[in-house]
Amino acid sequence: METDEYCIKQISVFSENKPGRLAAIAKALMEKKVNILAFSIAEADGFGVVRALVDKPEVAHSILSSLGFNVAFTEVIAVRMKDEPGGLYDIAEILGNAGINIEYSYAYSGKDGAVLILRVDNSKDAIEKIINLGATLLKSSRFH
Amino acid sequence: MLQSDKVFWLFLPNTMTRGMTQYWDESMERLNGPDLKEIQEKRLRNTVIQAMKIGYYQKKFKESGIKPESIKKIDDITKVPFTMKKDLRESYPFGFIAVPISDVIRIHTTSGTTGKPTVVGYTKKDLDNWAGLIARNLTMIGLKKGDVFQNMVNYGMFTGGLGFHYGAELCGLTVIPSATGNTKRQIEMIHDFSVTAIHCTPSYALHLSEVAEEEKTDLSSLKTGIFGAEPWSETMRKELEDALGITAFDSYGLSELYGPGVAFECEERDGLHIWHDSYLVEIIDSKTGEQCTDGERGELVVTPLVKEAMPLLRYRTGDVTMKIEDGCLCRRAGRIERITGRSDDMLVIRGINVFPSQIEHVLLSRPEVGNQFMVYVDRINHLDELTIEVEVNREFFSGELHDLANLQNKLVKTLHDALEIRTKVKLVEPGSLPRFEGKAKRVIDRREIY
Ligand SMILES: [Zn+2]
Repeated sequence: METDEYCIKQISVFSENKPGRLAAIAKALMEKKVNILAFSIAEADGFGVVRALVDKPEVAHSILSSLGFNVAFTEVIAVRMKDEPGGLYDIAEILGNAGINIEYSYAYSGKDGAVLILRVDNSKDAIEKIINLGATLLKSSRFH
Repeated sequence: MLQSDKVFWLFLPNTMTRGMTQYWDESMERLNGPDLKEIQEKRLRNTVIQAMKIGYYQKKFKESGIKPESIKKIDDITKVPFTMKKDLRESYPFGFIAVPISDVIRIHTTSGTTGKPTVVGYTKKDLDNWAGLIARNLTMIGLKKGDVFQNMVNYGMFTGGLGFHYGAELCGLTVIPSATGNTKRQIEMIHDFSVTAIHCTPSYALHLSEVAEEEKTDLSSLKTGIFGAEPWSETMRKELEDALGITAFDSYGLSELYGPGVAFECEERDGLHIWHDSYLVEIIDSKTGEQCTDGERGELVVTPLVKEAMPLLRYRTGDVTMKIEDGCLCRRAGRIERITGRSDDMLVIRGINVFPSQIEHVLLSRPEVGNQFMVYVDRINHLDELTIEVEVNREFFSGELHDLANLQNKLVKTLHDALEIRTKVKLVEPGSLPRFEGKAKRVIDRREIY
């Protein structure tokens, strides 16, 4: 099975926990006309990682790096959910049954309906299992 | 100076003299003028003879072209090169011991910047001298037979425990060797044994007072507190005195000079009396090595005059102080100002010496982080906190939060192993810490201790 087309490039930005960092990231992306489709912030003791799905990951990476941010690409996958009660449950059950280990996830609701973004330890394996169990994965071409 | 001391006394009205002043060894403690000089010079000559039994000094004297017999007068001391902490460390373990090891009846060590500690050895005579100096200090602050003394410091390799213990026994106090830890038990003993005097670090005393307050334990038997091993301010003195209902005294010493008991406050609490018959004091400019003029602050350099197992010449303490030349109401000679800082960048955190160079060493060994760092020292709830900011290496960042969290934990652990204290590590963005041209100012001490 061809799985690469389902691997989506998330940008991950290391950020200290201090005022103005998120605004600085958002401003840089706005100025380069990069559209943020979804984002989340994970926090630890004194620092965090800002995770974002954007339409132009390469542009985002280069502008943020040039401003001194520490940026990395992270591979994630996107599962379509029904935009109605029980939508998350359906997907969570599939993931649970398939024994897929989720490192983190976040969701958004947009023109493609509700979407669950997943970071798993083995994307290729997870993609195959999810498709075989009948769920819909969004191709990276829908984002970038 | 000695003359002015006497003149000062002539003009004091009788009512101001301290009829109550107690001495352990009055003639020595009040020794001044030519008599003091005579005994200092005699002891200095003996100390040089003793030092010449050590390979390090034989070599140093030879290299500098100094004849041991040319060190006769006090002023001759300036011919002798300084002895540094690093010299002691490099001579690990017994390179500075001037007597057969079988004559060394106790060994203490102090923590160092690298793996090896500094070793200090004592003969029977050394331990007797040391206990005698502690007895002078305790007597000076009014403690005597009948007092109950709880010694709440480490009794292991640290010199503070056993040093005070034997001095306190010598002057007849009832000694409780409670050592450190278990604050509730410490408080219970103070109460149950009607303890009158305690010895500990000032920060621990504040902690203890808070716990006692919570437990609603009556500690009114206490009247005296002796605090040392870490710097503390006059503000903290007031806090300690109010919280515990005591009079607080500053104690100064360092292991290389026996341990605690080198200098101590008297009841006037206006500077530390340093025992001039046992320690020859110089104040130097730590950059040039030149003697400071009277009333000028500099690094305290000490030549112990009675040490047998481990004689030292012109030992650089790294502590900043100045001589106080005016006479003291207690009529003892020789005072220095309370220590006001460190001439190098050594930090004293919870009684443990920490050098920024140790931190640098740890960071250099970890490729995940950069070589820039900043150190912040705070005192939070009376406890010293060390926070180290370090930049994550750009290449290391994988995008995963848990990798960063693991790195943070790993750094805390490695630093703990190296420094022997727990630190807080803050990971900061690459390039965000200040870069220094010339001498780096990496340590920001936000405690108000001096
Ligand atoms: Zn005095």
